[in-house]
Amino acid sequence: MLRRVFARPERTKIYIRQLFREIDSLGVNSVWIVIIISIFIGGIMTIQFAYSMSNPIYPRTLIGLGTRDTLILEFSSTMLALIMAGKIGSNITSEIGTMRVTEQIDSLEIMGVNSAGYLILPKIVAVVFIFPFLFIISVFFGLLGGMVTGPLAGVISIPDYIAGIQWLFYPYYVTFSLIKSLFFGFIVASVPAYYGYYVQGGALEVGTASTKAVVNTNILILLFDLILTRLLLT
Amino acid sequence: MIEVKHITKSFDEVKVLNDISTRFEPGITNLIIGRSGSGKTVLLKSILGLYDIDQGEIWYNDRNLVELNEKERKKIRREIGMVFQGGALFDSFSVAANVRFPLDMFTTMSAKEKQKRVEFCLDHVEIQHTAHKLFPSEISGGMKKRVAIARAISLNPKYLFCDEPNSGLDPETATVIDKLIQNLTKEFHMTTIINTHDMNSVIEIGESVLFIAKGEVGWQGTHKEILHSGNNKLNDFIFANKLYAQLREEGDKPEQKQNT
Repeated sequence: MLRRVFARPERTKIYIRQLFREIDSLGVNSVWIVIIISIFIGGIMTIQFAYSMSNPIYPRTLIGLGTRDTLILEFSSTMLALIMAGKIGSNITSEIGTMRVTEQIDSLEIMGVNSAGYLILPKIVAVVFIFPFLFIISVFFGLLGGMVTGPLAGVISIPDYIAGIQWLFYPYYVTFSLIKSLFFGFIVASVPAYYGYYVQGGALEVGTASTKAVVNTNILILLFDLILTRLLLT
Repeated sequence: MIEVKHITKSFDEVKVLNDISTRFEPGITNLIIGRSGSGKTVLLKSILGLYDIDQGEIWYNDRNLVELNEKERKKIRREIGMVFQGGALFDSFSVAANVRFPLDMFTTMSAKEKQKRVEFCLDHVEIQHTAHKLFPSEISGGMKKRVAIARAISLNPKYLFCDEPNSGLDPETATVIDKLIQNLTKEFHMTTIINTHDMNSVIEIGESVLFIAKGEVGWQGTHKEILHSGNNKLNDFIFANKLYAQLREEGDKPEQKQNT
């Protein structure tokens, strides 16, 4: 399938138009959910770090450091990819799957359009393009969530929190997570697209394919998380 | 003209098409009829090149589809218009955008020329201007079929394929769609192949009828000859359809259907 997906487009202009549509529907429409989830998770992590570091021998700044590193290294890349697999992945499978069972894909093929390329390539490019931005947004709002929640819960002051998130900062962590997000973006778009494209039957099968796609996307994300962490971080 | 010669097609050693040969002429409506599971859809998809046949030849005028590579097949496909059973309109596009899609994809027309062509095609299938901006989910089944026909003729095809074009439509709308396809076939001198099991369509527009029974050519003729064919299998098929048509004329009476 991938060979057909990356085949030369019939009309580049139409693919680009389709790409902008996908960036809007898959990416821009996901920004709000990313912001909300990140604010809450950032806040929750700050309180949990404060709880586990309640011993006075630990400096308060560790709370900010722990929140920052967890967000950058794991939450905003991997956990967010898992969440997006549910949102974007099921959307891709059900959209392409419905097109398959209602003969819209056959219709494209008979017109002489490379249906795999036309339907899947813009989605893959859009998700790979948007994922690093979602990662950055998630880190920013996660840290913001911690900064608001920490003082409100009375576990840390804003100056201590800010000092913590600036302490022992390794920019490579961001590079590492940006690389991960590119891989995860590809997985989140391509695996569900595959399941949708090859679905057979009716609405029931589209639903089953959607579930399978999300489960397998999640497994692949975790597998690649392990491989990339081993390759890039140790 | 489309001519098929000695087509054979099997799925998992089950022969679905067996030595089928026939010719579909341009300018007339060519119907393929048969019971469900007789092989008529497989025949249609084989002619379209969606299924690779085991043996035989499929000629689009002077080009044998079987011997062509994917690139050359794509060229032929651009000369084909197809109307699917459910319409197969793109859900995310409006009525006008659906008809414009093949023009965007395969022509270098200006936006104005495309707009003119879209209006021409939609006018031909009698879709009002107010419906151009509606989405497929907002229009009726009959309108969907009309838009699908408009999209199919947008690139001025030489060949028009219709798979059960009036399934799910009331008898009156079904006749309108049948007549529309027939008129377009004559106007644009297309080679039109219609896959159907509706006897009303056969009687209305069956200028050439191919009856498929168990994957073989059961009978071939015109709608004028069909009632006097003397072919038992064909008569069984006609009788079943007449009965269905009679029930439909009487209205929706499930008790009567069960008794019969």
